[in-house]
Amino acid sequence: MTAPAQPPATPDLLYSQDEEDLRSAVRALLADRADAPTVIVAAESATPYDQGLWEALATGIGAAGLLVPEKLGGQGASHREAAVVLEELGRTVAPAPYLTSSVVATETLLALTGTGGITPAGDSGPAAALLAELASGSRTAVLAVPFATPPGGAQAALAALDGTVQGIADAAVADVLLVPTAEGLYAVGATAPGVAVEPLVPLDLTRPLAALTLSGAAGTPLAGPDASATAVRRGLLAGAGLLASEQLGIAEWCLAETVRYTRERHQFNRPVGSFQALKHRMAQLWLEVVSARAAARNAADALATGSPDAPLAVAVAQAYCSGVAVHAAEECVQLHGGIGMTWEHPAHLYLKRAKADSIAYGTAGRHREAVAELAELPAP
Amino acid sequence: MSPAVDAAEVRRRTRELLAAHPPATTGRTDFLKARFDAGLAWVHYPQGLGGLDAPRSLQQAVDAELAAADAPDNDPRRIGIGLGMAAPTILGYGTDEQKRRFLRPLWVGEEVWCQLFSEPGAGSDLAALATRAVRDGDDWVVDGQKVWTSSAHAARWAILIARTDPDLPKHRGISYFICDMTDPGVDVRPLRQITGEAEFNEVFLSGVRIPDSHRLGPVGEGWKVAQTTLMNERVSIGGSRIPREGGMIGPVSRTWRERPELRTHGTHQRLLTLWVEAEVARLTGERLRQQLVAGQPGPEGSGMKLAFARLNQEISGLEVELLGDEGLLYGDWTMVRPELVDFTGRDAGYRYLRSKGNSIEGGTSEVLLNIVAERVLGLPAEPRNDKDVAWKDLSR
Ligand SMILES: Cc1cc2nc3c(=O)[nH]c(=O)nc-3n(C[C@H](O)[C@H](O)[C@H](O)COP(=O)(O)OP(=O)(O)OC[C@H]3O[C@@H](n4cnc5c(N)ncnc54)[C@H](O)[C@@H]3O)c2cc1C
Repeated sequence: MTAPAQPPATPDLLYSQDEEDLRSAVRALLADRADAPTVIVAAESATPYDQGLWEALATGIGAAGLLVPEKLGGQGASHREAAVVLEELGRTVAPAPYLTSSVVATETLLALTGTGGITPAGDSGPAAALLAELASGSRTAVLAVPFATPPGGAQAALAALDGTVQGIADAAVADVLLVPTAEGLYAVGATAPGVAVEPLVPLDLTRPLAALTLSGAAGTPLAGPDASATAVRRGLLAGAGLLASEQLGIAEWCLAETVRYTRERHQFNRPVGSFQALKHRMAQLWLEVVSARAAARNAADALATGSPDAPLAVAVAQAYCSGVAVHAAEECVQLHGGIGMTWEHPAHLYLKRAKADSIAYGTAGRHREAVAELAELPAP
Repeated sequence: MSPAVDAAEVRRRTRELLAAHPPATTGRTDFLKARFDAGLAWVHYPQGLGGLDAPRSLQQAVDAELAAADAPDNDPRRIGIGLGMAAPTILGYGTDEQKRRFLRPLWVGEEVWCQLFSEPGAGSDLAALATRAVRDGDDWVVDGQKVWTSSAHAARWAILIARTDPDLPKHRGISYFICDMTDPGVDVRPLRQITGEAEFNEVFLSGVRIPDSHRLGPVGEGWKVAQTTLMNERVSIGGSRIPREGGMIGPVSRTWRERPELRTHGTHQRLLTLWVEAEVARLTGERLRQQLVAGQPGPEGSGMKLAFARLNQEISGLEVELLGDEGLLYGDWTMVRPELVDFTGRDAGYRYLRSKGNSIEGGTSEVLLNIVAERVLGLPAEPRNDKDVAWKDLSR
């Protein structure tokens, strides 16, 4: 057995000036419209999503169309830029269907339109039409598979457009559901007859989950079984890869906020941040955060360049960044003491998001299994 | 200002060097000397001192070109302390005369350097050192004891810090010297270590006369000079690209692939976790390198030593365990005095034991975590009671 292939090219792990400009725009918008008190209030309401915020992000900044080529109505940017948007969304845990609609559903549809060469003539089909709407932010869509599905583990959940799929992220706010069935991939309108979307109570309040039940529903066929499986896999791979950037954003916020708080909070006549037992924990977290940044950038770059290394880059990023985000959020709660356990402090929102994200698109354990296969380190 | 040197110019000069001194027919030392004189040793150093005043990033072009031509290199592993620590300090604080005298033989590898910093009573608290240097005419007379000195047995020169004024607080009464290791007052005794070999030494200094012209930086400013050395010691990563599985994860991964009979579920999980962490550490190092090349050095360097120290220890520990019966054996306990530390050329047991030093040498992991917490994160320093007290009045 041979060693795993070296990555084909050296990835660009830095941020470009354009990416930094995009970051500033998104950060300013979120600071304005999605500060922690706003997010907490919204999370408990019946409508966690702020439609105005979504329009400003999706349309105003043009974030929804970053992955979509210009000829299909998008910005013609790449996963590198989308990753920067997700870092910022992670830093604020702002509820927005960005990951589910603008990344996973979008990437799934992209696989059906000639980008990637699966069905070269697809530029004018129904997938392309829906893509244009998603890219403009005028409609949102989600892939109707459980949020925990890893890229390699997607099977058609339904035999036909009949039955129930549990735990779909953002389904409750989506206009269109992309339903993989044994017969192929269908676009189903959320309010069409025979379609029931039932909200569930999620661990992560800032990303709603719902169950989808189809009974005699009709949908627009987008692809046959083989093309569907390939497209779904590609959508989930992009989702898992860019989720790492959201996890990086979560971890960054948790560390920065914990450092800020422990510098100010006094006990025993000293700032608690001057105690070495705490300093070492925060220094360790810092090291994890800078490492998570390298892993997340590598995944985003591999996806952006269509590198054959992308599956391994994504698996490595997920196997690593999930744990970093959870660790940072747990330390954030602990080092804030009693205040960290309260509802009004935002720490819990980050813990809930981090823990849910550690399951989304496959746990670290599932991604290590993928590493075992891709790096040729088989189980006994 | 020198004319701007770009990648094309650096490549042109490298080809010129190769044409004038073909590696196949030129002796190793002669080639290295010519390379130094052409300014291609470390291109970011000044002209006349082995460099071209060029951006550091251009070194890669030189190295790639020379490697392709099979040119000899200066074996950075053997002269690591000189290259990584002595040279930047001499460049930063040395007189013109010192730079001219020391940098060329250092880089060529004709003269090996060691670092006389640590003492039995001063390791992490390096500024507590007790070795004395007393002025006597044009010389300083040095008495004291240093310890854990790597390569002292092979070294021609040493960077040395000593106390020149015990009446000042501990950080302020220190001066920095270049010590001649062939001086009769220098006594180097091997100190056997955990691996069985004697990589480091005790060094006794009695009545060692160091000319004042071998002082680096002003009298009493030695602590500041030492900061340059220590910073370079901890951030010696950078420059080079590591391939996937390039570090200690390589041998254990190969063993896993080649010997299915050794595999267990428990070791599989640990191997995968460490494989991912090693790959992420590699990417973090690569990102740091790209930042340096782009002229945006980040603080990540201070963390890389921490990451590699922990990884090396965990991976080599797993490797010994994975080997089972073979893990019970050890290559050779004979006390040798090696000229270089060779991690990969030895067996797993050696790697396991030697890697324990990675979290101690060059600043312990605990001390590095303090540095990250205070300098990178800006957390408050711990209260201290030794800062303004004369060194001689401190309890030791
Ligand atoms: C392989 C090897 C090679 C070396 N080569 C050289 C060399 O060439 N030249 C040279 O000068 N030195 C060398 N050293 C010495 C090395 O720099 C010191 O050992 C190191 O700085 C630690 O000092 P110490 O051994 O006195 O430990 P101590 O400072 O006594 O530390 C003991 C323990 O206390 C912890 N500790 C100390 N202070 C603090 C603090 N403020 N906060 C938290 N924890 C703390 C340490 O982390 C450690 O765990 C080498 C060491 C090794 C292992």
